[in-house]
Amino acid sequence: MARRVKIGLQAAAVLVVGLLVALLAWQVIRTDKGRALASKVASGQKPQAPVFNLDRLDGNGKVSLTSLRGKVVVLNFWASWCLPCKDEAPELEAAWKRWRDEGVLVVGIDIDDLNTDARRFVERYELSYLTLHDKDKWTWGRYGLRGLPETWFVDRRGRLVGEHVEGPVTAEELDQSIRVALRAA
Amino acid sequence: MTKYGLLTALVLLLVTAGTAAASEQHPTLAELEKEVICPTCHTTLELSTSPIADRLRSYIRARIAAGDTKSEIKSKLVDQFGESVLAAPPKRGFNLLAWLLPFGGLAIAGAALAVLARRWSRAREEPASADPSGNGRGPLDPELERRVDEELARFDA
Repeated sequence: MARRVKIGLQAAAVLVVGLLVALLAWQVIRTDKGRALASKVASGQKPQAPVFNLDRLDGNGKVSLTSLRGKVVVLNFWASWCLPCKDEAPELEAAWKRWRDEGVLVVGIDIDDLNTDARRFVERYELSYLTLHDKDKWTWGRYGLRGLPETWFVDRRGRLVGEHVEGPVTAEELDQSIRVALRAA
Repeated sequence: MTKYGLLTALVLLLVTAGTAAASEQHPTLAELEKEVICPTCHTTLELSTSPIADRLRSYIRARIAAGDTKSEIKSKLVDQFGESVLAAPPKRGFNLLAWLLPFGGLAIAGAALAVLARRWSRAREEPASADPSGNGRGPLDPELERRVDEELARFDA
């Protein structure tokens, strides 16, 4: 009887440790997968952009990346408290106005932010492009983000192309990668 | 003694419940700084000086001034940052596991200790009854015992 209890306890301990190790491995693999996207894009591959379904910042429902298929999407991750995000916001707005007739969308994904602050930011910089709020940081690990801001480019088939930009994106970088995304077959 | 003990426990319970109710109705920034996590640095707000931590402190201050209860403030923060903004997971659903597991672990450890302690005490008792020689090498050989008795008798004489 005592032997059975002992074996049972040992098995339970091994199971708990195994589960914890599996959880850690899953987290590491998921983050690595996101980080690997940047090197894939840099080496000329076109990996599929991780899909998401996020709330609109203005509260009018949700938007999924899949629903934007057929458009070139500039994905910009930002927060209102992030100083470089303030520098790049006018550039993103200008790029949106410059390219929207070509079937290009700019989508701002607000992370780690208070809704009120984010909405005030949108008003202050007069941003007219689509802004979403990622409250659970769902996209953070999947896109392997290292900080804010970051910008990715998605072609019409939902693949990541062009130059992935860490830090504030410039008008030249935007134009160059949008052209690449529009040309991608 | 039992009566006094019961009374003390009752008083303690009432005081604790009263404090908890006051904290729920009129929370302070200091309390909430211990219960809310900074989303970018993953420490409690009280340990963080990041820009978003400063914004969260301002937000909490504003909500306290507006008369929100502690639960309301936490709920509004969860709406914007998800449950990971709370230092302790809510006591429901899957998160309940985080509250129950430590107690389960303690119960298992307690049971294991009890089993081990019982076994150890049994192991210490058993040699005394099974080994009358007391030297830990089992009973004496009857022939040897007879010779020892003879030698002792000769020595006494």
